[in-house]
Amino acid sequence: MSEIAMTTAQPSQAGLPRDTLVMSARCLRLSARTLDALLTSLLLPVLLMLLFVYLFGGAIQTGTEYVTYVVPGVLLLCAGFGAATTAVSVSSDMNSGIIDRFRAMDISGTALLAGHVAASLVRNAISTALVLGLAFLIGFRPSAGLADWLLAIGILLLFVLAMSWLSAAIGLLAGSAEAANGFTFLVMFLPYPSSAFVPIETMPSWLQGFARHQPVTPMIETIRGALLGTPIGNNAWLSVAWCAAIIAVSVAIAAVVFQRRTA
Amino acid sequence: MAIPLAISATDLTKSYRGQQVLCGIDLNVPVGSVFALLGPNGAGKTTTVRILATLTKPSSGTAQVAGHDIINDLRGVRRSISVTGQYAALDDLQTGAENLRMIGRLAGLSTEQSRQRATELLAQFDLTDAADRRVETWSGGMRRRLDIAASLVVQPLVVFLDEPTTGLDPRSRLALWEVIAGLANAGITIFLTTQYLEEADRLADCVALIDGGRIVAEGTPAELKRRVGNSRLDLDLVSDDAFMSAIDRLGARATYSDRAALSISVPTDGSASHVRALLDEIDPGHYLLRQFTVHTATLDDVFLSLTGHVGGQPETEHTNV
Repeated sequence: MSEIAMTTAQPSQAGLPRDTLVMSARCLRLSARTLDALLTSLLLPVLLMLLFVYLFGGAIQTGTEYVTYVVPGVLLLCAGFGAATTAVSVSSDMNSGIIDRFRAMDISGTALLAGHVAASLVRNAISTALVLGLAFLIGFRPSAGLADWLLAIGILLLFVLAMSWLSAAIGLLAGSAEAANGFTFLVMFLPYPSSAFVPIETMPSWLQGFARHQPVTPMIETIRGALLGTPIGNNAWLSVAWCAAIIAVSVAIAAVVFQRRTA
Repeated sequence: MAIPLAISATDLTKSYRGQQVLCGIDLNVPVGSVFALLGPNGAGKTTTVRILATLTKPSSGTAQVAGHDIINDLRGVRRSISVTGQYAALDDLQTGAENLRMIGRLAGLSTEQSRQRATELLAQFDLTDAADRRVETWSGGMRRRLDIAASLVVQPLVVFLDEPTTGLDPRSRLALWEVIAGLANAGITIFLTTQYLEEADRLADCVALIDGGRIVAEGTPAELKRRVGNSRLDLDLVSDDAFMSAIDRLGARATYSDRAALSISVPTDGSASHVRALLDEIDPGHYLLRQFTVHTATLDDVFLSLTGHVGGQPETEHTNV
């Protein structure tokens, strides 16, 4: 071993934006190299799409081509699942030695979690593009203009952002990656009792109340309205309100829990 | 105030769920020295490091690291230290170079500076060949070296090394010792914990023995060894009766005894006359003793005589007389 030379490089002041950027690059790189998780997050949406359209599609009557009806639901389902895997990556970070190094370097918890959320946004952008591409291939013909597309994508992005922050908070709370993984299943099921796959009127009455008022429904209705021209009403505002509330609560929980988990 | 202190701790305690793991630790580590906290598993070594490195809050007590208070000036401490824990704190899925560049960026270096510093460090730690392989494919020794390299991306005033060589094979351990000695030569204050007496002996200017959350002895390795005599006489008795009679005669002088193995250890200055006198005293009739050996005292003996149990390292040198 040669003599250890000390650095002469002078570090600049620490900064949250820079740390977040570095953390995002790190999380993206880790995502790209976690092959099994990557394949799941890319293949699952494709399989779900085919499953709904070809397996269930023939039996479900929605008044339109089922593929047209179901695409917004599949998009949301996949985005929810994709975002929820953030819980697993945050949790495995918290249980690894690197968290101590970050803390001893005075990296804020916000930067670390924001990095995970940013990686989740990128992952989901890719899987969403994949689902949409497939949808077009199998007959999805929306009647949307540019503004409609922007609205649909905006809502989807907001949903991914909200679910990713929520997952990050859950990832901090979960004792282990396995426990965090349980959360992803919960999120997978949330879109089912909504208007995502079947019209709410076809559900038993006790479920209709939940289905109408849970956060996924206004988002589905907004995306569907934007892409297919069905009435949106106040669903867009409701979606934004839901997402904003989820983000606010999750960021607050994350900040508190990160301090406590690491104190 | 004579020597400037890199670390000073006063009466640190820590309890987890009602169980006290540190019972009042006082430490003074001069700037530029190598300090070893030596003790068995569960003695409180890691807890002490975590408290000094601001990763855990003490239940009571105060400490300053590099002139900053560990409770009121967390930031100041964190800017002055680096910590290498028992488990390599790096991303397995990133390459060695990527890990170091990431740490460089987080430490505030520019992209270009980070790249340069990573290349330099990889070369200095003999890791250039593996630089672009993912860390998951690296050996334990390589990971520890990378971990220490990561601690030096920007120059810390104090480096904490928590059991840097635990679980390494002898060759990797030697390589790591060289690395640590190199850091010491560069003038960095090093606070290291270890279960290996040999390691503390070899690297440290000052050693504190910790057992059950208490410092039981402190001094230079030479001072500590002097406390138990320069050498140690190991006796092998012929029978249980012989063992009991020898124990009777020696009383408190026996620093170690094992009835089942019929063996006793006694400190000696190592001179022929002293050893002869001891043997005659224990075994005047010349029939109780099967065998004896004289060892140069190790920190093991210090540990044994102070705590009544062995540290970590098995015995190595035996000198038959």
